[in-house]
Formats: sequence, C-alpha cells, structure tokens
Amino acid sequence: MLNLRLYMLQRITALLMAPLVLGHLAVMIYAVQGGLSTAEILGRTQGSVSWLLFYGTFVIAAAIHAAIGLRVIAYEWCGLKGGILDLVMWGGGLGLLALGGRAVWAVTAI
Amino acid sequence: MPMTTDQIKVSIQRGEDRTDVFDVPAYENQTVLDVVSWIQQYADPTLSYRFACRVGMCGSCAMMVNGVPRWTCRTHMSKVCDGDTVTIGPLRNLPVIKDLAVDMDPFFDKWTAAEGVHHPSASRDDPIASIDPETPQRVTANAGIECINCAVCYAACDTVATQPDYLGPAALQRAWTLLNDSKDSARTDIIDAISGNDGCHNCHSMGSCTVYCPNELDPMSAIAGLKRETATAFFKRRGNA
Repeated sequence: MLNLRLYMLQRITALLMAPLVLGHLAVMIYAVQGGLSTAEILGRTQGSVSWLLFYGTFVIAAAIHAAIGLRVIAYEWCGLKGGILDLVMWGGGLGLLALGGRAVWAVTAI
Repeated sequence: MPMTTDQIKVSIQRGEDRTDVFDVPAYENQTVLDVVSWIQQYADPTLSYRFACRVGMCGSCAMMVNGVPRWTCRTHMSKVCDGDTVTIGPLRNLPVIKDLAVDMDPFFDKWTAAEGVHHPSASRDDPIASIDPETPQRVTANAGIECINCAVCYAACDTVATQPDYLGPAALQRAWTLLNDSKDSARTDIIDAISGNDGCHNCHSMGSCTVYCPNELDPMSAIAGLKRETATAFFKRRGNA
C-alpha cells in the first residue's frame, strides 16, 4: 500500500526529523538543567522566527511521516482500503498538523 | 541426529478443519517428502501433493513443516521431528487446491507483474554479447539467479500474509537480478513495475525470506537494493523533469 511517492515522502521527512529530534532533546536537557521557568522559556520563544521555523518544520515533518505510517498500519492490521484508507491518512496527518501547529503558535506568537 | 523411534506420528492438514494423523515407519535418512509419499502409497492414496525432481532443483515440493516453509525433498525428518511427531500442511499465503497441493498461479503472476521476464537488448542476428563475470553488477545479479521458484520465501513473508497483492520476495528478487543484468533492456519498465502500490516499498525488512530460502539466497537485500535504486531514479526523474 506504499508506492514510491509515499515511501520517499516518509524517508525524506525521517531524514529531516533526525537532526530536529537531537535539537529538541538538547533544548529539553538545557531547559531542565538550567532551571528555566515557563516565563523565561516563553521569553525566548515568543516572537522568535528561528524557533517558529525549527518546531514548525518538525511538526510538518512529523505529521507527514506519522500519517503515512498510520496508513500502512490501517491497511495491514485493520484491512482498510480505498477512500477510507486515504481518509485515515489525511485525517491523521491534518490532525497532528493542527495539534502541533497550535502548540508551536502558542509558544512563538507574540 | 539419528531417529530414535520406530514410528512417526504424522499430522497432515487437509483443509481448514481437517487434520489426518498417520503412523509412518521411521528410517534413517528419511526426508519429509519420503514420509508424504509413504502415506500416499501405503496409507491413503487420495492424499494430494506435488513433487518432481526430488533433488532440490525443481521447486515443486515446498510445504509447511511444523509451521515452517521448507523444501520437503531436501529436509530430513531427523531435523524437523518434534519427538516422534510432525505436522505437515500446504504452503502458506497461496490458495489450496487439495490437501498439500497449492495453486501457484498468484505467485507466478506476480513474477510477470514485476517485469520478471527477459527483455532482450539484442536480436539473434547480433553477435553474442561478452559478459565480464567479475563486474560488481554481474556479481550482484549472480547472487540471486539460483532461485528455483519454490515459493518458500513467499510463504514465509508476513507482508504477503497481511497484504495479499504485495509482489513478494521471489518476484522482487527476480526484478533485482534483471535490473543488474546488462543484457536486459527494460530498466525503466522494471522500476515502474516495482514502484506501485504493491511493490518493493511495502517490504518491512523482517527477513523471513532470507532466513527460510532453502538455496540460501538473500531476497531481503535484493529488495533493499530495489528501494535504493528506485530512490535514485526518483531524484533523477525529478531532475530531468
């Protein structure tokens, strides 16, 4: 149920996420060890185009990657096909995009 | 390990709800196919199964033995017997015709669907092409050409089990050997054939094909090669578009 286009999309987004995951882990460790408060974190992220791009890219890549993975699971384990299978993929992807996008916007918007 | 019993209890799966148990005399150097043939000749002449060469060349006698796909003519009972019992069934992932004989049509149809046929690059009027056996491409092709079409890998594949239209390891390995064969002229056709919804990208690299191939071939790596090749073709085509 994966053709070349979906396969490449999933691999390219995985490639994108690899450094982003490392960056995300580094930020978390830094934030926890330094004892940063919520206000201090928001002070750094709000209005920052860099953080918007970093986590925005992360959310888009994760939404695409996970949606294609969900498609495979839905097909192989639930036997979904055709339009319903596409609906699960798009629903899963857009849902993750909306949730992630909302969170990124919440910490980067002024 | 030599057989330690005089009789073997052989359970034969004959359809969804029927298993017949036979007591078969145990001998040294007895293969699973010998046991099935003994049952057919001395216990139940209605038992259907398939074999031809008996020496591991023709690929017709594969069956599930204790739940594992095997070429039965080259599998010794001493290797598979669980105490004095063994269970034999028809190959997994293929429709059963009767008893131990399965319909191989879907398996071979997929070879054709994967462009697993020779696409000549020269005619009989051309001089015979000189092939250097040492080139990396030829070495790669050679690694997969000893497939005997027994469908053991196909029966072992869990992706085929959950996705019946998936081309499967044997057909994809065949496509890989042709892709590396300098005498084959249909590179683009092969890449298109194995890049669709049921193509090589569905392989989860679980490796059952490579583990169970009786000829010790490596279809999983062949499929990985196809994935690499299609990814390269993907970028090249985008670049040329």
